[in-house]
Amino acid sequence: MSAQVATTTVATAVPLLAVRGVKTYYGNIIALRGVDLEVHDGEIVTLIGANGAGKSTLMMTIFGNPRAREGQILYEGRDITHMPTHEIVRLRIAQSPEGRRIFGRMTVLENLQLGATIADPARFEEDLARVLRLFPRLKERIDQRGGTLSGGEQQMLAIARALVSRPRLLLLDEPSLGLAPLLVKQIFAAIRELNEREKLTVFLVEQNAFHALKLAHRGYVMVNGEITLSGTGRELLKRPEIRAAYLEGGRR
Amino acid sequence: MSRAAHPGKRPLDILAALKSAVLAALVAFGLFSLLIGLRTDQGPTGALVLTERFGELGAFVAVAFVGVFLRELLLRDKRIDIVRFVPPVVTAAARRIIPFVGPALLVFALVVPVMFFHNRYLLDLSIQILTYVMLGWGLNIVVGLAGLLDLGYVAFYAVGAYSYALLAQNFGLGFWICLPLAGILAAFWGVLLGFPVLRLRGDYLAIVTLAFGEIIRLVLTNWQSFTGGPNGISGIARPSFFGLPFTDGEGGFAATFGLEFTPTHRVVFLYYLILALALVTNIVTVRLRRLPIGRAWEALREDEIACRTLGINTTNTKLTAFAIGAMFGGFAGSFFATRQGFISPESFVFGESALVLAIVVLGGMGSQIGVAVAAAVMLGGFEFFREFQQYRMLVFGFAMVGIMIWRPRGLVATRMPSVFLKERKIVAAEFVAEGRG
Repeated sequence: MSAQVATTTVATAVPLLAVRGVKTYYGNIIALRGVDLEVHDGEIVTLIGANGAGKSTLMMTIFGNPRAREGQILYEGRDITHMPTHEIVRLRIAQSPEGRRIFGRMTVLENLQLGATIADPARFEEDLARVLRLFPRLKERIDQRGGTLSGGEQQMLAIARALVSRPRLLLLDEPSLGLAPLLVKQIFAAIRELNEREKLTVFLVEQNAFHALKLAHRGYVMVNGEITLSGTGRELLKRPEIRAAYLEGGRR
Repeated sequence: MSRAAHPGKRPLDILAALKSAVLAALVAFGLFSLLIGLRTDQGPTGALVLTERFGELGAFVAVAFVGVFLRELLLRDKRIDIVRFVPPVVTAAARRIIPFVGPALLVFALVVPVMFFHNRYLLDLSIQILTYVMLGWGLNIVVGLAGLLDLGYVAFYAVGAYSYALLAQNFGLGFWICLPLAGILAAFWGVLLGFPVLRLRGDYLAIVTLAFGEIIRLVLTNWQSFTGGPNGISGIARPSFFGLPFTDGEGGFAATFGLEFTPTHRVVFLYYLILALALVTNIVTVRLRRLPIGRAWEALREDEIACRTLGINTTNTKLTAFAIGAMFGGFAGSFFATRQGFISPESFVFGESALVLAIVVLGGMGSQIGVAVAAAVMLGGFEFFREFQQYRMLVFGFAMVGIMIWRPRGLVATRMPSVFLKERKIVAAEFVAEGRG
């Protein structure tokens, strides 16, 4: 049906998320040296880069923690650079942060309830059923403590927790970290399904460049706090410097 | 080869045991040579006189030597394991009894004044225990649920007590009007403390709250004209039974109900008053835990950044935790004032904060019944060990160390999930984090 239309990248006039010349510092140390990127409605955009390139910092900067010292972050054309984090979330941007950060002593259900903090409580049952359909594994574990789940299940929980609030834009920080290849496939399939079925816009930070670029409509490459390359996923996958640095570096 | 085959029957390694024993003796000597070996007394001229006590020092070192030697010989490789002493049958039975412990304790608490009507000492002790149960439950909101280590909780207890005393004395207000006012004032001070410490966590938060407790106490001590300074406030109005004073003669409680007058009536009334206040604290806490705010507190204890990325306003969440915790401290404080009839800054020293915190930690942070049990154990322990006189604190300290070794997560370390689908599963003690909120 209309799912096909949603996957094709249509550059609308106002991007859903726009990062313009953002510079972020940790004390005196500069982490982002003026980053520009755009995420349009209905897209999957990925940001790849080596360790310490500033990918996660950008993710957190979009959420106002730490705050950008220079530049602007626009959501639907609205400046959110100086908004407190919890208010940014209310604009229906959800994040599954680096390192999962699930609540280990609380049950899976409680974790999901906390994910629905900003959502309409009347629709919680429905939202819960929806994410449990996406990750049936969590249904089996619903009364189990978050900390007792396996790594892959915890990752699923982190994504599910971000999804219960029905976001328009989902920020995912390294969902494949520390997971077996089969689980990575499952998680990426779930992301694709969400994008196609529910037109969820996804901004994905990844080290697993091959999978991420295959999944994404467009990609950005970050080196040392700067965007050095951008293009469609396919284009980037073909570029020799990407292949050398992120795909075959380990093999040959 | 036979060693590997029978690890339990290793030959006695006397040499190694001797080595450890000598080492322990040396450490004991180093520790106690100044503590025990030397003693200074004030001589007749006022100068210090040094006496040597080599005999006692020798005894301590010998005890260390023999103790370690025997332990190395006999108990090596054997951990002291609680499972060895308690057969699984008992554990299983205990697990079945657990759901009934709370109601049983409640029924017991209700009949205490009837059973011990003529034992004034026990009634007073029970009132004291219940006061600390209430303080423990109040602090549990801040420390156990929200995970904010508060070392100055006694400040809110003081604010509540002084609010009641000053309002009752200066404006002639009754207990039931002052009680909510005291709670509101304490909550206000809770927010006031909360604001500057919003960014702090862990050790830093503990230090600032500790300072806050001391500031309140010092202000109370030095603001002579307002608080009466170190002399405190005396003659605080006693509570009445809904307008009937507990006095002998016409119009008193005893005369109205046709009872023979006895001062115990007031004590029993106070007992039920604090029991009711404590139960209100408990019910409110349990209800709050099921509401979004209670969940947000617990989530805040687990991970503050995750909370923010889920849209929880951490500032408000922390402030409400401080305010509600402080409010119950204030209620308890005004009860304390009306019960004692006299308050002074001396009642609100750091030791009180430490005691309440110890109750919360010992009870297993976040556990309601654990706090109640811990309060009874702590205060009952104080009384029980009274006959050890100056060794009381020593014995008590050993008992605490023992509890922390064998029950490092507190007496009742399980956590009940606040929501569940089919059945409520207890989160076992092993999964409850140690040393963290």
